[in-house]
Amino acid sequence: MSAGLAASSRRRSLAQASWETRLLLRNGEQLLLTVAIPIGLLLVLTLTDVISDASDPDRVARALATVLSVSVISSAFTSLAIATGFERRSGALRFLGTTPLSRSELLAGKLLATALVTGLSAGVACATGLLVGWRPAAGAAWAIPMLILGTATFAAWGMALAGLLRAEAVLAVANGVFLVLLMFGGVVIPVASLPGLLGDLAAWLPSAALTESLTSALVDGAAPSGASVLVLTAWLAVGAAVSARTFRWS
Amino acid sequence: MPDPAVRVEDLVVRYGSRAAVSGLSFDASTGQVTALVGPNGAGKTSTVEVCVGLRSAAAGTVEVLGTSLPASGSARSALHQRVGVMLQDGGLYPSARPLELVRHVAALYPDPHDPAGLLDGLGIDPGTRTPIRRLSGGEQRRVAAATALVGRPDLAFLDEPTAGLDAIARRSFHDLVRELVGAGTTIVLTTHLMDDVERLADRVVVVAGGRSIRQGTVAELVGQVEGVSFRGPMHADLSGLRAVLPGDATVVEAPPGHYRVDGAADPMVLSAIAAWCAQHGIRTGDLSIGRRSLEDVVVELVGDL
Repeated sequence: MSAGLAASSRRRSLAQASWETRLLLRNGEQLLLTVAIPIGLLLVLTLTDVISDASDPDRVARALATVLSVSVISSAFTSLAIATGFERRSGALRFLGTTPLSRSELLAGKLLATALVTGLSAGVACATGLLVGWRPAAGAAWAIPMLILGTATFAAWGMALAGLLRAEAVLAVANGVFLVLLMFGGVVIPVASLPGLLGDLAAWLPSAALTESLTSALVDGAAPSGASVLVLTAWLAVGAAVSARTFRWS
Repeated sequence: MPDPAVRVEDLVVRYGSRAAVSGLSFDASTGQVTALVGPNGAGKTSTVEVCVGLRSAAAGTVEVLGTSLPASGSARSALHQRVGVMLQDGGLYPSARPLELVRHVAALYPDPHDPAGLLDGLGIDPGTRTPIRRLSGGEQRRVAAATALVGRPDLAFLDEPTAGLDAIARRSFHDLVRELVGAGTTIVLTTHLMDDVERLADRVVVVAGGRSIRQGTVAELVGQVEGVSFRGPMHADLSGLRAVLPGDATVVEAPPGHYRVDGAADPMVLSAIAAWCAQHGIRTGDLSIGRRSLEDVVVELVGDL
């Protein structure tokens, strides 16, 4: 691709990212997912004994890992899948398919917007964490690459789901999967606390791998385990392949 | 003569085992308005979708602005920079406001029109904060027109652009299309409104059953033959009327209840029709003298299939 073409392509991707971000942040439901739920969840996990153990000295860091994981799944998977499904139903995607915007530019725009919104959500969660006593460990920055990998993985599956199902079905399935992952995917309830086979299966889910790696970074200041990175990368590869295969403008 | 802006040859489009388009061929000349007309389900929208890269052809050749379809990569982007599309329905972000949507679409093109000026020209207040979903159907069509035209296209596909527009908005739209053509834009129009076609089209392609059944200018399709049209009861026995008409006049019923006597509309013919109606107790309605309308021609052509 010549320099001129690459610049045009970059300009279109950025225009699409700016458009997607604007629409995402205007949506009340999205703001609830991006700002209100992370703050609320963090406060519930750190200020009550409903789920977490009050005697745990790393309670806030552990809760923050859970909240960041929830933010990634809700923004990159649930919101992206639902928004894309409804863009297809309204014909907005069909129209974009007639403009110079290419499939990869649309995808780049959506990913960038999702990363921005997830980053915003993570920032709100971290700021709330600091207010309720989180003191970042030395290696806490390991969370950043894992947040990026997790966002890419869940965004790939969000796009795959939007390509596979009709808009109404995407709405139901994306919300259903979100809740199942939260409860049984090693996010709110740790994999070790899940019974038998459920725990064994959950360990292979991207939600568990993301939460585990974020917990390592935020609680221990440690690099993620090879297994977590491998599980997330494998889900990313399969999700990207499925979304590339199922994507359609109309 | 320049190459046609759109060249479609033996196009076949399938939905599963059903063929929506089966061997359609037509050219759209550069700088002209080509209208695709025909009944619902004739294959017009499917054809447009192939021409704008939204659908694959099962067979046939489609060339748009010199690019063979399907195009991908930089060839696709280069082609789409020169083509504007107004989809038959939807295509707009419901929660967006008109100006922000048109601005976003403008940002995807290298040399766009001014979005606010374009919306204003189409009768949409650029400053409106009303989301698109709350606009009337006609206003939404005008926003869709703005998104199709903001990229300053050399070729615009307008799929039923005047559906839902009131008479005044439709006339404004006709003026806009004439302006575009005056500036060298090629237009491919699909519509059910023959008024659009008669006022705008340089060439008409009548599509039915997925193929072209007649092509030509409006004058060529309508013909020069004058005649008399009238309405009466359905399936009247016309043998008596035929017997009293002059030798070169013909009478047909198409569609049922609509009668057309072709030939010179002179007093002899009118007298013969009036006498026949009186003998059979037929009350005629909407009697008119003149050339057939384009709608009559299209209805006859489609009805003959």
